[in-house]
Amino acid sequence: MSEKQDLAQQKKEAAAKAKATALARKHAKEEAKEKPEGELNLLKQKAAAAAKAKAVALARKKAKEEAVEKPEGGLDLAKQKAAAAAKAKAAALARKKAKEEAVEKPEGGLDLAKQKAAAAAKAKAAALARKKAQEEAVEKPEGELDLAKQKAAAAAKAKVAALARKQESSDNDDDLEKAKAKAIAAAKVKAAAVAKARNSVMESKEDQIPDEPSPNQAKLDQIVHAIERNVGQEALIDHYINRLSKDVPTIVANPDTYFSIAKFLRYDEQLNFSYLSELHGTDFETHMEIYVHLHSFNMNQSVALKVKLDRDSPAIPSLVPLWSGANWPECEAYDLLGIHFHEHPDLKRILLGDDWKGYPLRKDYQPYDVEV
Amino acid sequence: MLRTEEMLLNVGPQHPSTHGVFRLVIKIDGEIIKEATPVIGYLHRGTEKLAENLQYTQIIPYTDRLDYLAAMTNNYVLCHAVETMMEMEIPDRAEYLRVIAMELGRVASHLVWWGTYLLDIGATSPFLYAFREREMIVNLLTELSGARLTFNYMRVGGVKWDAPEDWIEKVAEFVPYMREQLAGYHELVTGNEIFVNRVKGVGTYTKEEALQYSLSGANLRCTGVNWDLRKNEPYSIYDRFNFDVPTRTEGDAFSRYHCRMEEIEESLKILEQAVEQFPEGPVLAKVPKIIKVPKGEAFVRIESPRGEIGCYIASEGKKEPYRLKFRRPSFYNLQILPKLLEGENMSNLITILGAIDIVLGEVDG
Repeated sequence: MSEKQDLAQQKKEAAAKAKATALARKHAKEEAKEKPEGELNLLKQKAAAAAKAKAVALARKKAKEEAVEKPEGGLDLAKQKAAAAAKAKAAALARKKAKEEAVEKPEGGLDLAKQKAAAAAKAKAAALARKKAQEEAVEKPEGELDLAKQKAAAAAKAKVAALARKQESSDNDDDLEKAKAKAIAAAKVKAAAVAKARNSVMESKEDQIPDEPSPNQAKLDQIVHAIERNVGQEALIDHYINRLSKDVPTIVANPDTYFSIAKFLRYDEQLNFSYLSELHGTDFETHMEIYVHLHSFNMNQSVALKVKLDRDSPAIPSLVPLWSGANWPECEAYDLLGIHFHEHPDLKRILLGDDWKGYPLRKDYQPYDVEV
Repeated sequence: MLRTEEMLLNVGPQHPSTHGVFRLVIKIDGEIIKEATPVIGYLHRGTEKLAENLQYTQIIPYTDRLDYLAAMTNNYVLCHAVETMMEMEIPDRAEYLRVIAMELGRVASHLVWWGTYLLDIGATSPFLYAFREREMIVNLLTELSGARLTFNYMRVGGVKWDAPEDWIEKVAEFVPYMREQLAGYHELVTGNEIFVNRVKGVGTYTKEEALQYSLSGANLRCTGVNWDLRKNEPYSIYDRFNFDVPTRTEGDAFSRYHCRMEEIEESLKILEQAVEQFPEGPVLAKVPKIIKVPKGEAFVRIESPRGEIGCYIASEGKKEPYRLKFRRPSFYNLQILPKLLEGENMSNLITILGAIDIVLGEVDG
């Protein structure tokens, strides 16, 4: 039942996304129509392509920095910035036009009227954009990020194109610089969005309001309450039902409370997660993550315990004192990812040789060969 | 009292009884093992790292090489993980083909274990019988997939192709034949006094220890834990079949022997029912040409002949997994070995190691 509904929802989302893309395409076409000169279009395209390529390259580099700089509100800020930039540009354009027109038609009255009209148009456009953004945000809470990204990209493109157009008339190097700067700014915005998107994969999943609560919701609540009561209110960073993974209740621990939570899960009489089914690490580039899959025969329920670690010096207490079965898996995580487990009885390179350089499962791993 | 000297002994990495490249460094005092340190990794091929640059369908052949005695189960666990994340509906006929292939694989795997285990502790003829029957299964699976061991038969959404004509009938014929042979095995070995003396009460651990060490499969069920993922967390179409989960309570090598032998019987039951219910229809769901798994992560686990095999996928919505991890039962099951060997007589070393039933391709990933 829930699967079907999920599917339906997914379909709906996909349709909505497709629609949005189509609309964006249509808009772009309309804009293109407004300025029918082929030359201009070509220039625009070229500029856009260049900006895009650069933006992508820059985005990759800056994503991390940006993510660190603006962990929250990054998107909002980005949006605001983009809006501000757009306004400023529009104003500049208006001014320039006004000047040109002033040369042509020196009557001040007309000028004023035009300016007013331009301002009004601006305001209207802004209002519309805001409204649209809001509507879309309401309609597609998950696709939002993607949309935001697309929009940012579209905006950046449009901006660059506009600049290019302007440039053609003035043929000024300054403008090119400006365009570059703008492109960089846009890329930053985009990168921030990407970083945010990556960081909030889990959050966004939680945001998905399921049509029907998961059958495991009650068990998740029970586990979470028990932990909060016994380990501390702040012990858990996050908890949710992972719908992709057969609805397994998933809890995200704080590195400081990871061990005490595990201990509680292991020895609490009601929960009694006596079986460690799986332990492994993953390099998510922004952080390292330990995934532990526990099973309780008492509750006939599995739970996924996760903890996020600092990527540069990943270290966490070992679970071997609680489950002897965690011994080799922790060695494996150490061997392949370089995660240190405190108080592990015998942390060693278990699969690779003792003289192996580096940690192969890290995303930035470079194979080391003496001969090369 | 005779003064003895502590000696360091290397078993392997090339030792006939390890059935692969596995090294065991043991300290012995006379004939008593003081300490045993397993050394693994000789067969590590970095499957998980390789998978990060492969499309999902391209990873399937790599899974064949993990547990090469039951490759169908490995094929399945990867497909199952992808299908779970994509919320895919699998055609019935495909599911039946998968279950038949996996259960045949389970029987073949247990037969290899049975034959080689007895060979290791000194009985030669059971090995010949076991491999005779196992060869029939291998032939069946070859007809189905085109390969003897590295099947690469399953696909995301179903199986590569339909079974050849008369194949199902051949499976149906095999089941009663195998049953008959199984009775012969019991007559030949199970009641044999020499054999029983070698394995009874050897390598014993308790239920708590089994859970503590994350053991699974027959290694767990021999202590009385009734736990089989086919029953307890049904996947595929296992909830459509009537079968029991054999358990024992002794926790010694003999009880693990019993569990595996009875599991062959249960697998035959499943095969019988699956052949009977075998439906018509497509064998592959409608799957996009390029499989992209939705963003997120999932961990699924299923019952392989050796225990709980799991597959974890972290996806970024691309055609390759961001991270792929196999929970390999042999790797987990082997952890308890140093504890079991401590204080044991040297002559029990192979009895204990063999009873765990490891496949080195899986231990090393």
